[in-house]
Amino acid sequence: MEDDNAVETTYLGAIREALLEEMRADETVFMLGEDIGIYGGAFKVTDGFLDEFGPDRVIDTPISEAAIVGAAIGAAHMGLKPVAEMQFIDFIAPAFDMIVNFAAKSRYRTGIGAGLVIRGPCGAGARSGPFHSQSVESYFANVPGLKMVAPARAFDAKGLLRAAIRDPDPVLFFEHKFLYRRIKEQLPTNEEVFVPLGKARTHREGSDLTIVTYGAMVYKSTDAAETISSEDGAEVEVIDLRTLRPLDTEAIVESVTRTGRLLIVHEAPRFGGFAGEITAQVCEEAFEWLDAPIRRVTAIDTPVPYAPTLEDYYLPGEDDIVAAARWLLAY
Amino acid sequence: MRALYRCLWLTRALEERLETIFKQGHVVGGLYRSLGQEATAVGCGYALAGGDWIAPSIRDLGALLARGLDPREVLRQYTARGSSLCAGKDNTNHFTVPELGILGPISPLGTQLCVLNGVALSFRTRREPRVCLTFQGEGASRTGTSHEGFAMAAALNLPIVVVIEHNRWAFGTPSTAVAAVEQWADVAGAYGVPAGTVDGNDVLQVYDAATQAIARARAGDGMTIIVAETYRMLGHAQHDAQKYVPEHELGEWLDHDPIRSFADYLLEFGFESESTLEDIRSEVALELDAATDEILAEGYPPAEEARSRVYGDSALDADVPWTRGPEPGYEGLTSGRPGSPASHRGGA
Ligand SMILES: Cc1ncc(C[n+]2csc(CCOP(=O)(O)OP(=O)(O)O)c2C)c(N)n1
Repeated sequence: MEDDNAVETTYLGAIREALLEEMRADETVFMLGEDIGIYGGAFKVTDGFLDEFGPDRVIDTPISEAAIVGAAIGAAHMGLKPVAEMQFIDFIAPAFDMIVNFAAKSRYRTGIGAGLVIRGPCGAGARSGPFHSQSVESYFANVPGLKMVAPARAFDAKGLLRAAIRDPDPVLFFEHKFLYRRIKEQLPTNEEVFVPLGKARTHREGSDLTIVTYGAMVYKSTDAAETISSEDGAEVEVIDLRTLRPLDTEAIVESVTRTGRLLIVHEAPRFGGFAGEITAQVCEEAFEWLDAPIRRVTAIDTPVPYAPTLEDYYLPGEDDIVAAARWLLAY
Repeated sequence: MRALYRCLWLTRALEERLETIFKQGHVVGGLYRSLGQEATAVGCGYALAGGDWIAPSIRDLGALLARGLDPREVLRQYTARGSSLCAGKDNTNHFTVPELGILGPISPLGTQLCVLNGVALSFRTRREPRVCLTFQGEGASRTGTSHEGFAMAAALNLPIVVVIEHNRWAFGTPSTAVAAVEQWADVAGAYGVPAGTVDGNDVLQVYDAATQAIARARAGDGMTIIVAETYRMLGHAQHDAQKYVPEHELGEWLDHDPIRSFADYLLEFGFESESTLEDIRSEVALELDAATDEILAEGYPPAEEARSRVYGDSALDADVPWTRGPEPGYEGLTSGRPGSPASHRGGA
């Protein structure tokens, strides 16, 4: 439907809007984190929030990720809806204990859940070295009780964040910093932007090969698909997972049963990454439909290096995806 | 005195040089400065003896220069040269240099104190009269990791000096907004160790306090906390124009510039002449000109170096085939397994 009022919104702006809308609609929603109030956030996501919502709902904390997440859990127990910001997602590490031992196991142990969101910028490509560039999803993948979201589009960033805030369980929300200001979309104003957790989406349709990916790699995968389409005449389907846990296995399997070929692309290192889990699930569910081995294109198994030459080598590139796709298509 | 002045000036001039090449696009990533805080770093660096170890935070370049770090290493590091101490793999001052007793920090705040405790532990285990010194912003001192580090250093009576650089700001938030502490030396009470407060912009006061605390640690009497009262004269990093800082605050602290005050002191009491100080400044400028030319001519590391040095055994370098797509000639791990499309199904 035509939406004359659609507004061009960045990925970052979409996150901002989700927070604003949820905070305006529900006064139990509040935020806590470092430099989010007076300064308006390291990336300016919460610029002006302190003025609008006041210091009870936009809380500048000491540099204390464990205490931030701990307080979010306690507040969630009491019926509030906390959104905790990690200034960079790398700094979620000091809160690991709180997340994997307290938040994730709370409902299972006690019947009392911890509905909270921990959000922050992840991802490489900004020349920021090993501690401001990581993709941390796999650190948490083996912890039942956590949900994880990694949007690629502004629409999904907004819709999924709203869903995450309303979710009764702990959600880790990974915002790719490389997309913050690079992605701009027309977001509708005549319909509610809300995306339920746990549903993948088809970013590009195709019948010859499935690429399953998420986050910033959705764009590189799509570029690769366009190259293959124009140079090889084959059509690659690109599935954007959007939510990593719960994983939409059904959508992946459905696509693979049509294409018979699967390539998984992610920015995190390969060993123990999501691609391994997806491979296992597809082997279990759709082995008979596969016409080729499942392949993975990922970062190399190293920390994220700093020098441009090294970081570019570390990150999967469009060329790598094209080469892998061609190999699979020729198989 | 002359050496002290030179080191202060070198710190500032080197950072200014970094800023210049940052604006020219040569610095990769962010740049953090210590403008206005040089005296704390330099005073502490000078108080240590050979064989002692130091763990800087981001605003302690002066301490590393005082320890003898070649300014060229700083330029290499910020420009991500393959020849840099981190071989282009990590940034800023994240290098560890055993020969100079430097333990490089990592970004997650509060971590270096814990690790330095281990260095100090090794001194104690080997009955060596060596000492460790580290710095923290008052912001970093709030982390759980930092509290644990303090608690262990105190409990084990380790030969450590911790300098809390109270520069009023942590990134974009005034410390008063996120800490209930008024006298930062009071935090020592929680750990059961002594603390003192110094004017962090007075290099001689810092040097004296550090010297005493270091002597105490060397004598086996354990950790001391020094609170250096100072001010961060610039934003958190180059990208931060510090619009949130009240102007009068900057003005007041500008009057308290650590390098100018020290120069005034040297001149007033006749320790040095204006021409000596001028010579030092020109000499530093020449040294930095040469260093900058040299480092800018060097290059980034070769891309494949990204794979190396993950483990001590280079056979474990990250060369897993297919991480990035098909590798020409890769046959797979099993001889019966098809390694290329052509070998599969008879090439059909
Ligand atoms: C564990 C952790 N959380 C957050 C950050 C992001 N961060 C980097 S510097 C900084 C402020 C540091 O303030 P302070 O320790 O007072 O040092 P200053 O910058 O004032 O010298 C923050 C929040 C970090 N590096 N580590």
